[in-house]
Amino acid sequence: MSKENVLRVSDVTMQFGGVVAVNNFSMEVNKGEIVGLIGPNGAGKTTAFNCITGVYAPTNGQIEFNGEVIVSNHPHGKMKQMYKGENMGKYNKIIAPTPDKITKKGIARTFQNIRLFSSLSVFDNVLIAKHLHAKQNVFTATFRLNRKEEKRMREETMALLKEQGLDKFKDDVASSLPYGLQRRLEIARALATNPKLLLLDEPAAGMNPQESDELMGFIGEIRDKYDLSIFLIEHHMQLVMGICERIYVLDYGIKIAEGNPEQIQNNPRVIEAYLGVDE
Amino acid sequence: MDFVRDNLPYILAGISVGGQYALIAIGYTMVYGILRLINFAHGDMFMIAGLMAVYAVTWMPLYVAIPFIIVLTVLLGFGIERVAYKPLRSAPRMSVMISAIGVSYLLQNAALYITGGLTKTYPNIPFLADTITVFGATTKVVTVVTPFLTIGLVILLVILINNTKIGMAMRAVSRDFETSRLMGIKIDSVISMTFIIGSFLAAIGSILYFTNYTGVMPTAGAMPGLKAFVAAVFGGIGSIPGAVIGAFIIGICENIIKGLGWTTFSDAFTFALLIVILIVKPTGLFGEKNIDKV
Amino acid sequence: MSKQKKWLLSCIAIAAFLAIVYVLEATIPKSSQWSMLFTVLEKGSIYALVAVSMNLVNGFTGLFSLGQAGFMLIGAYAYAIFTIPVEQRAAVYQYFDGGLVQFTLPVIVSILIAGLVAAAFAFLIGLPVLRLKSDYLAIATLGFAEIIRAIFQWNTLGPITNGSNLLRKFYTYDSALYPIIACGICIAIIVLLINSSYGRAFKAIREDEIAAEAMGINLFKHKQMSFVISSFFAGVGGALLAMFQTTIQASAFKAAMTYEFLLIVVIGGMGSVTGSVIASYLFIACREWWLRFLDAETYIGDFKVPLLRAGFRNVVFAVIIMIIVLFYRKGIMGTNEFSWDALIRWFKNLPKNIKSIPGRIKNIPNKFKRKSKKEAQINE
Repeated sequence: MSKENVLRVSDVTMQFGGVVAVNNFSMEVNKGEIVGLIGPNGAGKTTAFNCITGVYAPTNGQIEFNGEVIVSNHPHGKMKQMYKGENMGKYNKIIAPTPDKITKKGIARTFQNIRLFSSLSVFDNVLIAKHLHAKQNVFTATFRLNRKEEKRMREETMALLKEQGLDKFKDDVASSLPYGLQRRLEIARALATNPKLLLLDEPAAGMNPQESDELMGFIGEIRDKYDLSIFLIEHHMQLVMGICERIYVLDYGIKIAEGNPEQIQNNPRVIEAYLGVDE
Repeated sequence: MDFVRDNLPYILAGISVGGQYALIAIGYTMVYGILRLINFAHGDMFMIAGLMAVYAVTWMPLYVAIPFIIVLTVLLGFGIERVAYKPLRSAPRMSVMISAIGVSYLLQNAALYITGGLTKTYPNIPFLADTITVFGATTKVVTVVTPFLTIGLVILLVILINNTKIGMAMRAVSRDFETSRLMGIKIDSVISMTFIIGSFLAAIGSILYFTNYTGVMPTAGAMPGLKAFVAAVFGGIGSIPGAVIGAFIIGICENIIKGLGWTTFSDAFTFALLIVILIVKPTGLFGEKNIDKV
Repeated sequence: MSKQKKWLLSCIAIAAFLAIVYVLEATIPKSSQWSMLFTVLEKGSIYALVAVSMNLVNGFTGLFSLGQAGFMLIGAYAYAIFTIPVEQRAAVYQYFDGGLVQFTLPVIVSILIAGLVAAAFAFLIGLPVLRLKSDYLAIATLGFAEIIRAIFQWNTLGPITNGSNLLRKFYTYDSALYPIIACGICIAIIVLLINSSYGRAFKAIREDEIAAEAMGINLFKHKQMSFVISSFFAGVGGALLAMFQTTIQASAFKAAMTYEFLLIVVIGGMGSVTGSVIASYLFIACREWWLRFLDAETYIGDFKVPLLRAGFRNVVFAVIIMIIVLFYRKGIMGTNEFSWDALIRWFKNLPKNIKSIPGRIKNIPNKFKRKSKKEAQINE
């Protein structure tokens, strides 16, 4: 059974000065999959995320999205001497887009510590995400020459808020929402960019068990409804094991395991990384 | 050699002005290091110190007046911090900077009111204002004294910062404001100390600067202030040796440009230098890089 | 109230305002002290336009830019250079053989050119400096404004800029309605922009750059857009200011001028167009008119009122500004805008608010007490 590949990360290494945060990391996400990335604190999970979303340009490696190379780099300049990773010389192109370009291609994300436009309304938070696909320029937008487009954006936003159950808060200031709803709003905002792949950075952080159970169902729901693939970082094991079809484990920047939940749970290296070794 | 001989007066003036900028720049760089605030009022403090000297000498002998104005400037610096910056400690950085601009506006207007908008003649300080001949170039003693005095004061300051308890507290606060507070460092007294040192150096800088220029105007502080700030950025903001080196470079370049007959551009040059530095190496010569965490 | 009703109300209010200005202008003689009213209306409108343009960058996009005086200078000069009548050029450019430009353009075209030239400069300046972070951006834009000022005073460019000499005899308006309408149109355009999809993108950048970028907003492109548009209107403001003053000189466009606009924006409220407009009129009215008495030496009988003499006005004014900056940090409007609903509500609540004033005054000491206790706890 061959699945259509959505995201392929190949040999990605991220080195800050002398510190290698992610080392030679490869992974893939197939269409419709929910894939998890776990690991102890400081294992480089968020760094890996940031490489995919264009916040950092990886020091070495390549990232493909729907078969198109979206990020590619090799150690150059000062890094050439300092580079400690592997696969040097395997890639020779430099493609380092800014995060907005990546979002435009269809990868949306949420943040570990919620980053909403906190003093704007819930409605505006989502409406802003519609900006990138709007057919307009600053002249037509200012002089209201394309009212249809603005109307479409507003209608789509409203529809999305309704689907996410946020419509009754639409005029509230984003920062006034309770924590769980802020998380949900952040996901709604990411969905508003019409992504094919959704990256969630610790979506259950700070949630109580009931809330994270709800979230589990919710993640599955949005995958089906919006025809998404989802890649998430999470500490909450129950959630990860419950919804992820495949899981990657990072420790000290190195991938130590991959497989389905059962394989991961029984993998001695994973247990060692999480619990330490008995002397 | 011809170039040097022709330009010696300018180079000397440059070193001297550089030293004076350095004394102001330290105030900027220290405050920025600790509060992350461009203290726009610092240049005006320097001008006020100049005006104080003008008025003080009419009441008292010079040897009393000089320590008196230094103390008064220090008090003013301390007071400004308490009144205009301390209440905004938890406010966004932009608000504090706006408050600094407000203070600058207030000091300038107060000076305008007191002087009636006239240029006041700076008192003639014997010895400093005497003329002297160096390598065939005639100049004032202050020109020669400034660099040595500046370097002496900077060495003292570096010793203070590296070897005393308050110096250690300052270094800690400039690293991490919040953590230092949690570690029991009295933030407010560290900040006050920073302003006291900055004002003290600005007062001395003002004596040296105005002895060279003879006149004090209410707007006299704005330009030297901005240039000293540029020097601080150039050297890497937060770094004291950086500020001093930056100030000397700017002082010398500026005077050489004047020597070449491009006086209109001597100010513009400073800013052009600033912009080039900000673009090529935003952290300045000795500044440290900090990365925003996502 | 329905939308159409509000529209109608707004149109009536604007028409009524313009009509009143028109009538007053016809009736109040130039010699009367009430003619200060027109100074306030004209200069206030121009300041309002520049303040709103500054608010677009600083308050709405969250970029700390201090280049406004530089862009006004460019606008003022561009306007003046193209509108000095050809026969007057010999007199104006007396040291430069009548200057290089030997034609004039229509006034409206010149004003637009003033904006466009300022915008073009902003575009070039923006390429390097908009990549800088907050206070570095502030100091770099301030630096550019100073460089622009030096360039315009440069003797070699004298045939165009008249070096460090005055530019004068260019076309000026003859009715206060001119700047009011011109600034009104410009501000209306800025408001339309702010309420468009692009305006929302600007606000997103102000709120959180990283999140904005993750939502597909190209940071550089949008910052550049906001900066260039703001400078366009600053340039137009500069042209109008030139008309108001009838003469211009590069040396007047100092950093202090930019600070004035920044203070106006803060007094009005960062991120409120209404606030900037109200604050501009108040600022000009206080400085040019209402506080004038502080500058005059006054005697009550034989008693000379202390402190009152030339310059005291500005000191008092600066103190007022400091009080606003320190204690009313949100300014007059915060981030709110004018709306008929809010106005009606305000009037409805007015009696209640007036009644509660004595109670609130009584409460002031308590406020301080509580605060000092809290502070003491923190300090412990």
